[in-house]
Amino acid sequence: MRENNSRRQMLLGFMILSAIALVAFFAGMIAPHEPNQTNLGERLSPPSWQYPFGNDNLGRCILSRIIFAARISLYIGVVVVSLSLLIGVALGSIAGYFGGLLDELIMRFVDAFLAFPSMFLALAVIGLMGPGLSNLILALVVVEWTGYARMVRGEVISLKGKEFLEAARSLGAKDSYILVRHVLPNVLAPVLVMSALGIGFTILAASGLSFLGLGVQPGIPEWGSMLDDGRLYLRVAPHLMIFPGLAITITVLAFNLLGEGLRDELNPRFGSSIHEDAA
Amino acid sequence: MKIFLLRRALVLLPVMLLVSLFSFALIHMAPGDPAEILLTSPAGGADRAAVEDFRTKMGFDQPLPVQYLRWLGRAIQGDLGYSYMTGQPVCSAILASFESTLRLSLLSMVLSLLASIPLGIWSAMRPGSFPDHIGRWLALLGVSVPNFWLAYLLILMFAIHLKWFPVAGYGNGGDLMHMVLPAIALGAASASVTIRLMRSSMLDVLQQDYILAARAKGLGGWQVALGHAMKNALIPVATISGLNFGYMLNGSVVVETIFAWPGIGGLVVSSIYQRDYPMIQGVTLFVALLFLSINLLVDLFYAVLNPGIRYERE
Repeated sequence: MRENNSRRQMLLGFMILSAIALVAFFAGMIAPHEPNQTNLGERLSPPSWQYPFGNDNLGRCILSRIIFAARISLYIGVVVVSLSLLIGVALGSIAGYFGGLLDELIMRFVDAFLAFPSMFLALAVIGLMGPGLSNLILALVVVEWTGYARMVRGEVISLKGKEFLEAARSLGAKDSYILVRHVLPNVLAPVLVMSALGIGFTILAASGLSFLGLGVQPGIPEWGSMLDDGRLYLRVAPHLMIFPGLAITITVLAFNLLGEGLRDELNPRFGSSIHEDAA
Repeated sequence: MKIFLLRRALVLLPVMLLVSLFSFALIHMAPGDPAEILLTSPAGGADRAAVEDFRTKMGFDQPLPVQYLRWLGRAIQGDLGYSYMTGQPVCSAILASFESTLRLSLLSMVLSLLASIPLGIWSAMRPGSFPDHIGRWLALLGVSVPNFWLAYLLILMFAIHLKWFPVAGYGNGGDLMHMVLPAIALGAASASVTIRLMRSSMLDVLQQDYILAARAKGLGGWQVALGHAMKNALIPVATISGLNFGYMLNGSVVVETIFAWPGIGGLVVSSIYQRDYPMIQGVTLFVALLFLSINLLVDLFYAVLNPGIRYERE
C-alpha cells in the first residue's frame, strides 16, 4: 500500500510538471495577452472573462504574466541544479573516492560553506555582485553545490570496497575510468531524488530573492517580483498576490511530490540490488 | 565524552577560519575602494586627500594578510567595525536585532511544536486514516508554500479582514499580538518537517517490546501512546528542533522584512539595499558562527543521549 502511495505521488508530481513545462514552452500561444503590455484603463481590475486572473498595477494581464514567468522559474531551477550538480558531483566523488588529505581539504571547504545559513550566503553574494538574473543563479549555485558534494561523497564511500570495484581495478582499470564508469552510475538514484527536491528549493529561494527585489529584475515576468508588485495593493486588489503565489506553490509542490515519491520508490533497494546488479 | 568534544572542536577550528576568511573577503571583493565608498556622500565625490588619509588611518593600505589578521583580532574582541549608514558599531546593532529574532523564533518554535506533535502522534496512531492523510498533505504543503506568500495570506485574512492582529510592526517593544502572524509564517516549514518526523518516530517506538508489555498489561492504545511511547519518540524531534531553529534564520530574512520586524533577517536585507558592507560582513559572520554553534549543540545533545556515537570513527 505504501509503495502504491509513493508511485501515485510521483506520477501526480510528474503530470503537474509536464503540464507546467508545456505551458512554459508554448507560452506565446497559450497566453491570452502580451505579458508586458500595459493597459492603464484596466488598472487593478479584478478577474473577468477577458482577463481571467485580473490586471496588475499597470493593467497588465496577470494570467499571461504567470504563464510567461513559468519559463524563468523552470530555467533558474534547472540551470542552478545542473551547475551545482556538476561541481558537487565532481568534488564529492573525488573526495570520497581518493580520501585522505584531499578529502579532508575538500570537505572542510564544504563545511565552511555549509556554515552559512543558505539565505544569508545567497544574500552576501548578491550584496557583493549586485542583483540580476546571472548573479541570482551564481548565488544559488554557491549555496547549493555543497549539499550535492556531501551526499555524493557519502554514497561513494559506501561503495568503496565493493567487489565490483575491486574487480575493475584488478583488470587494470585506471582510477578515472573506475570513477566515471563504475562509481558514478551507482550514485545516480540519490542524485536524481536530490535534484528533484533541489529544483523545488531553488524555485522557492529564487522567487524569494526576486520578491525582495534582489533577483530577477523588472521587465522579465517572474512570480516573486509579481508578488512584490502586488504588496502595496493587498487591501484593494488581493488578486495581484493570490495567483502568482499559487503558481509558485503548485510548481514547488509538484517537484516535492516527484522527489519524495522517487525517494520512497528507490530507497528500499539502496545498498542491495542496484549495486549488485551493476557489478 | 571529553575526547568526542575535543575532536568535534578541532574539526570546527579550520572551518571557522575559512568562515572568517570568507567574511573578510566580502568587503574586499565589493566593487569600489572601501575608503572611497565610506567617504562618498550623496552630495558628491570624496576629496582625494581625505581618501588617502582615511586609507592610511584605517589600514586599508596594508597588505591583505596583515589587514586580515588585524580584522580577525578585532573581530574576536567583538569589534566588527562601524555601519556605513548609521555609524553605529556593527556588533551592537547585530546583538540588538538578534534579540528580536530570537524572541520571534522562540514563539515560532513553540507554535510549530504545538501544532505538529499532536498531528504527528495522531497520524502514527492511525496510519492510512483521514488524519494521517491530512498530516501528509499539510506537511507537503508546508514545505512548498513560499513563506512570503503565506505571510501575506495571513495578513489578508487575520489582519485586514478579521482585524484580529496588527498588519505589521514591532508594536510596544515586540508584544505578543505583533508576533503571532510572523511567527506562524516563520514556523510553517519547520512544523511540516516535524509532523513527518514525529509520525515516523512514533511508529518506530510503537513497535518496541516495552510497548507490547504495556499493552499486555491491559492499557489502551492512547494511554500507551501518550504515557509510554511519546517520551521516547520526542527525542529525534528535540534534535531536529535545534536544526529547525537554524533554518528559521533563513526564513527570518523575508518574514521580518514583510512584517517590519527589527530582527537580523530584516537587518541584512536593508544593509544590502544600502550597500552597507561592514554590516553585511558582520551579519554574515555572526549567523555562520551561530549556525555552527547550534549544530555543535545538537551533536552534543545527541551524543549525550546516544553513547554509541561517541565512539564512532575511533
